[in-house]
Amino acid sequence: MQHKIDTQSIGPQGEVMAHAVEACVHCGFCLPACPTYAVLGEEMDSPRGRIFLMKEVLEGNLQLEEAAPYIDKCLGCLGCVTACPSGVPYGELISTFRGWAEPRRHRSPFARAFRLGIMELLPYPKRFRAGAQLGRIGKVFKPLLPQALQAPLELLPERLEPAPPLPEFFPAKGPRRARVALLAGCAQQVLKPNFNWATLRVLAENGVEVVIPSGQACCGAAAMHTGERGRALALARQNLKAFPNDVDAILSNAAGCGSGLREYGLLFVGEPEHEAAEAFSKRVQDVSAFLVNLGLVEPPALKQPLKVAYHDACHLAHAQGVRSEPRKLLRSIGGLELVEIPEGELCCGSAGTYNLEQPAIAATLGERKARNILATGAQAIATGNIGCFTQIQSHLRKLRREVPMYHTLEILDLAYQGKL
Amino acid sequence: MNPALSELGRIYPPERLLVQPGQLVPYESDALTAFRARPLAVVLPETTDEVVQTIGWCARHKVPYVARGSGTSLSGGSLPVEGGLVIGLNRMNKLLRLDPAERVAVVQPGFINLEVSNAAAPYGLYYAPDPSSQPVSTIGGNLAFNSGGAHCLKYGMTSNHVLGAKVVLPTGEIVELGSQSLEGVGPDWLGLFVGSEGLMGIAVEVTLRLLPKPEKYHTVLAAYDSLEKAGNAVAAVVASGLLPGAMEIMDHLAIEAAEAAVKAGYPMDARALLIVELEGEAPEVEAEARHLGDVIAASGAYEVRVARDADERAKIWKGRKAAFSAVGRLSPDYLVQDGVVPRSKLGQALLEIERLSQQYGLRVANVFHAGDGNLHPLILYDGKVKGQLEQAEALAGEILKLCVSLGGSITGEHGVGMEKKAYMPAMFSQADLALMRRIRRAVDPDELANRGKMFPHSEAPALTPHGPHPLEKAGVIWRE
Repeated sequence: MQHKIDTQSIGPQGEVMAHAVEACVHCGFCLPACPTYAVLGEEMDSPRGRIFLMKEVLEGNLQLEEAAPYIDKCLGCLGCVTACPSGVPYGELISTFRGWAEPRRHRSPFARAFRLGIMELLPYPKRFRAGAQLGRIGKVFKPLLPQALQAPLELLPERLEPAPPLPEFFPAKGPRRARVALLAGCAQQVLKPNFNWATLRVLAENGVEVVIPSGQACCGAAAMHTGERGRALALARQNLKAFPNDVDAILSNAAGCGSGLREYGLLFVGEPEHEAAEAFSKRVQDVSAFLVNLGLVEPPALKQPLKVAYHDACHLAHAQGVRSEPRKLLRSIGGLELVEIPEGELCCGSAGTYNLEQPAIAATLGERKARNILATGAQAIATGNIGCFTQIQSHLRKLRREVPMYHTLEILDLAYQGKL
Repeated sequence: MNPALSELGRIYPPERLLVQPGQLVPYESDALTAFRARPLAVVLPETTDEVVQTIGWCARHKVPYVARGSGTSLSGGSLPVEGGLVIGLNRMNKLLRLDPAERVAVVQPGFINLEVSNAAAPYGLYYAPDPSSQPVSTIGGNLAFNSGGAHCLKYGMTSNHVLGAKVVLPTGEIVELGSQSLEGVGPDWLGLFVGSEGLMGIAVEVTLRLLPKPEKYHTVLAAYDSLEKAGNAVAAVVASGLLPGAMEIMDHLAIEAAEAAVKAGYPMDARALLIVELEGEAPEVEAEARHLGDVIAASGAYEVRVARDADERAKIWKGRKAAFSAVGRLSPDYLVQDGVVPRSKLGQALLEIERLSQQYGLRVANVFHAGDGNLHPLILYDGKVKGQLEQAEALAGEILKLCVSLGGSITGEHGVGMEKKAYMPAMFSQADLALMRRIRRAVDPDELANRGKMFPHSEAPALTPHGPHPLEKAGVIWRE
């Protein structure tokens, strides 16, 4: 699409955005892949509509505040990227645009405080844990709270599981086949500490020794995707320093965090560390992809057959192209029957902090996903992302149809231990 | 809000009456972004009654309008009329009835083409017209533009698969065109409506014909070292007496783009690829496949692949169907053309297009429905280079004139819309055009429905309370 974006005055970020706008031919193949279009059926809530809006804002033809409500509704699920025949790097466009737009936005004091609250809590496990405890108490007062504060409370579990501190080093079992560094993730350390422990045990079982650098910070994805570029850069700089070079790979077991790490190259455009950030991004892998490449040590077969639905996290499937690997891992377990979820490409509505900021659309998508999963008749659900996990679990609970949920690595872990 | 708009506000709740700039901008274009126009408002009706009330409002206030589905038109067919109304039919997207015994489906206009086949699949049925936009485009838009697709070689266009339509005329009256039976009474009124590009009203219910899914497919991919050999192979297949479901050709630029987009596994060194698909009952397809194999072997293909399963077949088609948009990877801008030549003139037309491409210094990628002579040259240009768009448009014009001079047509399936209306006189005489206009005015005296499309010199008549001059109404004069 032709444009008149003044890339010189915007700078390196302008180049990134202009490149994406140019690649779009407005063919509309993205429409059926877009969750907000599926729910709202309006052009401005579609990827190509948003591209049009961003282009107009960047060209100076449209007030930012006119476009903002529709840009805000984008989940950043990148379903459109998978569907796009022209190869539009939509993720680069929307992330960069949000970073460009944020300092120019007019937000109400309440909205600012709410965003600040999320940004000061989520990335810090200790604070988040304290906040979550407080939130559990707050649940009692839920009906008295404003709508915006009810959504986060609904996602909190009934009780927080104990979270023994993670070691800095976890040795391999038997001969060492590889050495990796693990990003522990923020929310999952509080909400599902077992994700990391299961990951460590499975890696050890496969001859992989793991370092968990203590100086690591939140990956910064939540900040980056909501336009808080300064915050994201600060966190990312900490990680560039904290992660060692003497490892075969940097692993993540949370789709959103992994894809955040893989976006450091984009985040650092125009910064002095750009080259180092690019190199760092290239070393990051999802734990499922790493295990498939390494060659999985075959787990023992299940004692009883189990029908498992695998849910594709958008930030694995669309953002990282990791679709077959988790399925391969699950299929390698004898007695496990893998079933596909109808509309599997469609986001569950979690999308980082989206279910906190756009609760209505997130709830529609969450319920749709829960119903699609139930339609498979699966006895268990596997996924590779804490956000999806919490969202789906809370919507299954709302429908009063709870199905046991696991991280993909938890299922492997249980299989190795003969507990499934 | 002006008084007329607030009147519209009595029909629609605020969330279905879009008037803010941020809501209107994304509706300014369809898939032909060379044209843009800001509408006065966009409405999103959910019922036939709302459509009728909206049309009544347009008639009272003399506001031109365009009905819009997914906005995938490549000819600017759903481009808004500047200052007019866009009627977005995306929320009228229900399947009203599916009758497997009668093999019909009744759908609302916003229903997606591919969803018809998905809904019919459990009964072993499908909807045959398969434009490349089928996962996106709506039945309403398919009807307006009489959409084709790769398989219309054997099965015909949309018009061959529509049995009936309930239409809201520009006067606000509701008429039923066609019927459920295959034999109609009197002239083919439905035939007049299908392909009328939104000039004759809005279909609110469409009865579609479903076909039994072919029992077996045999999909062949043949690679050639020249475009001409591929073109001649098409003629040879037809001359041999075979009637494949589809015959498609892609040239090397299109192959490169499609491969980059969907990794279809096409042979990258080919100058041209021919896709031939046989379909039908197993014994018939097996016999035909042997016959086809001989013809292709004699046609000079240097590599021939046969899809071994449904996945391989899907991959071959995915590349072909993504080809248009994928060309966006090769060039910042391009024009998609859509001309038709008699099948026997295919080779000649391709050579001539090659010559024109060199003369203009612009790359042309070719993707086409070879079986029915429907060419889709994609003219690659860079809009940032001064004058290149104009050059590209001139080249496109020459290609269309070439098609007409070879005995073909200026459009196979994309329609005239905005883009090709200037070429209508190359195909039709003044008398032909005057008749079309008289018919249009008989249905829509004020030319409100999709005003400014299809007819040459059809810029909007001024928004006067008097309507067009009587001589204009008679089609004798028109305004430039």
